[in-house]
Amino acid sequence: MSDTIEVAERVEPAPAGRPSRGILRRVGEEFLRRREASVLVVAVALGVYFASASPAFLTQPNLVNISQATAPVAIIAAGLVLVLVSGEIDLSVAAVAALAPFNMHYLVDFYSVPVLPAILLALAVSAAIGFANGAITVYLKVPSFVTTLGTGYIVIGIVLTTSHAYPAPIPEGAEGISKWFGVWPWAHLTWAVLVTIVFHLLLTRTRWGLHTVATGGNLLGATEAGIRSGRIKIGNFMMLSVLGGLVGIMEAFRINTIDPNIGGGFELMFVAVSAAVIGGTALAGGSGTVVGAFLGALVLAELQNGFNLIGISANPYFLIQGAAILIAMIANVRLSRLRRAGRV
Amino acid sequence: MAADRNGEALRVEHIAKHFGGVTALADVNLRLAKGEVLGLIGDNGAGKSTLIKIICGFHQPDAGRIVINGDEVTLRSVDHARSLGIDTVYQDLALVNELSVYHNMFLNRELVRWPLLSNRRMRKLARQHLDDMGVNLPSVDDEVAKLSGGQRQAIAVARSVYTDARILLLDEPLAAMGAKEGALILDLVRDLKAKGDVSIIIIAHNYGQILEVCDRINLLQHGSITFDKPTSQTSVQELTDLVVAEYRAARTQKLQADPGAGARQAPRS
Repeated sequence: MSDTIEVAERVEPAPAGRPSRGILRRVGEEFLRRREASVLVVAVALGVYFASASPAFLTQPNLVNISQATAPVAIIAAGLVLVLVSGEIDLSVAAVAALAPFNMHYLVDFYSVPVLPAILLALAVSAAIGFANGAITVYLKVPSFVTTLGTGYIVIGIVLTTSHAYPAPIPEGAEGISKWFGVWPWAHLTWAVLVTIVFHLLLTRTRWGLHTVATGGNLLGATEAGIRSGRIKIGNFMMLSVLGGLVGIMEAFRINTIDPNIGGGFELMFVAVSAAVIGGTALAGGSGTVVGAFLGALVLAELQNGFNLIGISANPYFLIQGAAILIAMIANVRLSRLRRAGRV
Repeated sequence: MAADRNGEALRVEHIAKHFGGVTALADVNLRLAKGEVLGLIGDNGAGKSTLIKIICGFHQPDAGRIVINGDEVTLRSVDHARSLGIDTVYQDLALVNELSVYHNMFLNRELVRWPLLSNRRMRKLARQHLDDMGVNLPSVDDEVAKLSGGQRQAIAVARSVYTDARILLLDEPLAAMGAKEGALILDLVRDLKAKGDVSIIIIAHNYGQILEVCDRINLLQHGSITFDKPTSQTSVQELTDLVVAEYRAARTQKLQADPGAGARQAPRS
């Protein structure tokens, strides 16, 4: 109660003057109403700061670096946002990213499958893992945190066992395709932007997205309205896993080797969750933004890169990431309370 | 007002439903005439909500028949029931706080120009429909979380009658309503009744309020209908006595078995 009052004092009473307000003011308000706004401000501010602190920051090779650090996180975060909005979580996606390029390698080198079908099959296997995650969660009623903790370890186990924990070379004959998947310097960012746009539209402008919000916001209500929430959840798990597989294959082409460490076990998933949270997605289900998650991934990449350039040791990086997560979450909770009260 | 065969919207015969070992409904028989407003009363746990959820296709009955407009049907799902013109306003309203008023109005029957939602059309139609029904809202763009209980209830009712509902089931629409908000809902029901093309079943605990709008009252006790009278032949007093008598009988029985129980449970009585 007390914090609402405190805020009420800061916001001028305005309703009477609404039509006469300046266009700038209205644009400003519209901007503030968007959850992504604050993250965008942070991303730009960080960019300006690091650019002024280090001349290397805005050079093309460095921008490519940032984009390549942003992309895998942003792609996974896009799918993760839908899973989070539908009220679930997926811890296994980084492991799925590690498995996909190995499956491609096994198919091409041991079963003589051509590269493109091999990639598609590897993505299909990813989708199957997503289906398992969803089905176990929905039909066997295991909380998704536990389901995907289990499948995550299983998938990591499969990767390590089948590869004997050794990296494998990129299959021959993949040169033509590799350009699209990560040899061209801006390929990653292009994929990330495309995925972000598609998933943003999916979440905000389609029935699927609306039903995802309904499922996470009011599960019983959604089912009573006849929405098949189980299907929605399973579908979101599957899409996320496919994105995970895509990221794994992209990373393999980028570093030019198929490494069992791609995804870092659970690490990449945690970074993607951080990006989603910093971008304004609550883990409570029912609300989230894909564009925000992209910006969250960008902020994290900028931080890591900028620290490097201005010569701060990488060690305090986690400190900043942790603080950013907490600040973003607290701001998010307060903002949505204000929005509910009709103040913003 | 008793239903004649031709004007019958819904008939339910010998419906039974068990959950595990618990009998929610033993043997329910109920008729609803076209254009009729039927009040369904009964104590908590009598099975009212279960009955509603069977008629709207959410649960499938273990035994019995459901006849809609003279045809026997097996309701497979909520969607199936809805396609037959049966719609429900649940106790929890089935509204999604995070979505706008118009998205809630069109929940699961969204207008689409594939692959995208036709938001502009939905917004306009929602506005129009709410205005037609006399529901006053500042904006259909607002998130439902911002609205009052009465407004939320009104949206839920408006949503149900929007797509040609012939049979409307209202599960405790007056629960947790203030006097003004309750009046808003009762007025909505009255308007629908005046138009005459919707048959309505209302579950309620406030007998005074439902006697105002209902044509007939049914009492559900221990999983079957034990009382069925036109509104004109009953009163708040009679209905209250019926429900209370049941409670008293049960209490007396318990007291006889264990004389200390009553004092322990209700020290103030």
